Amino acid sequence: MRNSRWTPARVAALGLAVVAAVMLVDCVVHVASAQNPFGAPKGGAVPDSQVGGIVGWLLAKQSEFYRQMSGTIRAAKTDGTAVWTLLGISFAYGIFHAAGPGHGKAVISSYLVANEETARRGIVLSFASALMQALVAVAIVGIGALLLNATAKGMCSAERVIEIASYGLIAAFGARLVWSKGGGFFRILRSWRGAAMPQLVPAMAGHGHDHAHHDHDHGHSHASAHARSAHVHDDHVHHDHVHHHGHAHHHHDHGHDHAGHVHDEHCGHSHGPEPSQLAGPGGWSRGLSAILTVGIRPCSGAILVLVFALAQGMFWAGVAATFVMGLGTAITVSTIALVAVSAKGIASRMAAGRDGGGAIFLRGVEFAAAGLVLLFGVGLLLGYIAAERTTCF
Amino acid sequence: MTTVRRLIQLLFVVAATAFGVEAAEAHPHVWITAKSELIYGPDGSVTGVRHAWTFDDMFSTYALQGIESKTKGAYTREELAPLAQTNVESLKEYAYFTYAKVGPRGSQKKEKFGDPIDYYLEYKDAALTLHFTLPFKTPFKANTLALEVFDPSYFIDFTLNDKDPVKLVGAPANCKLSIDRPTDGSAQAQTMNEQTFLNGDNSNYGAMFANKIMVDCP
Repeated sequence: MRNSRWTPARVAALGLAVVAAVMLVDCVVHVASAQNPFGAPKGGAVPDSQVGGIVGWLLAKQSEFYRQMSGTIRAAKTDGTAVWTLLGISFAYGIFHAAGPGHGKAVISSYLVANEETARRGIVLSFASALMQALVAVAIVGIGALLLNATAKGMCSAERVIEIASYGLIAAFGARLVWSKGGGFFRILRSWRGAAMPQLVPAMAGHGHDHAHHDHDHGHSHASAHARSAHVHDDHVHHDHVHHHGHAHHHHDHGHDHAGHVHDEHCGHSHGPEPSQLAGPGGWSRGLSAILTVGIRPCSGAILVLVFALAQGMFWAGVAATFVMGLGTAITVSTIALVAVSAKGIASRMAAGRDGGGAIFLRGVEFAAAGLVLLFGVGLLLGYIAAERTTCF
Repeated sequence: MTTVRRLIQLLFVVAATAFGVEAAEAHPHVWITAKSELIYGPDGSVTGVRHAWTFDDMFSTYALQGIESKTKGAYTREELAPLAQTNVESLKEYAYFTYAKVGPRGSQKKEKFGDPIDYYLEYKDAALTLHFTLPFKTPFKANTLALEVFDPSYFIDFTLNDKDPVKLVGAPANCKLSIDRPTDGSAQAQTMNEQTFLNGDNSNYGAMFANKIMVDCP
């Protein structure tokens, strides 16, 4: 009766706990990488020892790096070696800032958790989206300032439009994930409950025997066809079936048929793309939407640096700095993505030992992560989250 | 379906926590060194606030992008007039980052500003300075007045000028001025907890870095 310990509520709570843990790790790294909210508003000042330590120092550094950029670009006009300093500062800034364009990290991490993604793909996604961010920043300034000689206000307005579009994209992307993940989650939840029911109320299983058996006979030829396709589609659910099968069998001879039927119906007709498909080459289209969603919004800092460099006649230095910044950002984002993916890996290994609860647990985590992406998007769109909003004036 | 309801509830809590910390990651991209004057009328009532905000060199250069000038690297007040116009018009959306509260602690009342007047930009030493005056909608007399200058989203970092950051112009002789600079925000940061982030009001994050100007006229 191991099953009785895995009530759906408990499983859901556990699933959320894992997501929460992932987010927490994300946040901790975040705080470590974000600009220091607690210390040294002026670059160079030593942060308060209370905040202090290495983290406090790192936080203060971020602002400092950013403020050093203008001076370094000026210096680079006459002193070629200053370009290297500029690149070094930009790289460090990218690593520390990483939060960069809004919620890239959170979206990518949630996306990776929502899907059965590999660590390698997590890294690729992080780098690709950071590269795209850099490209968009260069494009805005290159087209806006260099070609059209637009004013700061004009460019800033463009930036804002892109910003709102990106929030909308995050929401849409989240909705899509919730749609595909939610279906799988609730279906497996329902079927699992259905299978658990007769075990808890043996009399009912006996009662339903004739009926279920009849159904099974009727649908038999379909069922086997379904079962084959289901097998290809989804290991987890199939595995589930084996469990239910064994379990019901143990209980009641005819329960087996009933469970088998539930399984067929469940697998044969269910789901959007399955994890195995997503992780494979077919998943790239969705991965691409993740890159677009995150990468479309440039970093305000990069745009300021580019315009400043342009005014100094050092546009190319600004472009180089922007890409190096992106490289730094990508490294931080990949690290967080790796943490998210391995956290889920550990969770799924832990869950694998469990009975039917394991699959539900994983689907629950995925569903919750998908929900987070949606909430991020909606929250940003409605202005509920007021982080890093581009201020034009 | 209590499971589902609980799940959704939990999801919101987790999300809110994540958002809260996300909001806290904001860091300034623009630095302003501010000088402010509180203007008093002949009858001793407060009529407005006059600001002079100097932008950091990166943002100054950014703001000047696309602005034509006769002499390269020099901008006259006239050449900068359209930009100054844009600035003050845009600042309206952000309430001019200036918040006036009147009355004793606990029963403070917000005073509203009208549209800015006498605004112009100055370009000196590679930095732009925006001058503008914010008249109060209705001048008022106050024993206690608190004026805060900050960006709630902390996109802009405001620092009061080291020398003579605030002046009282035409104030009654008994009025005393005191200034509260944001040290490093750590004191308030420590009082923030999960609850701060869960109540949905994390948009006021930048308040930790507010510059507070207080005038007491007993």
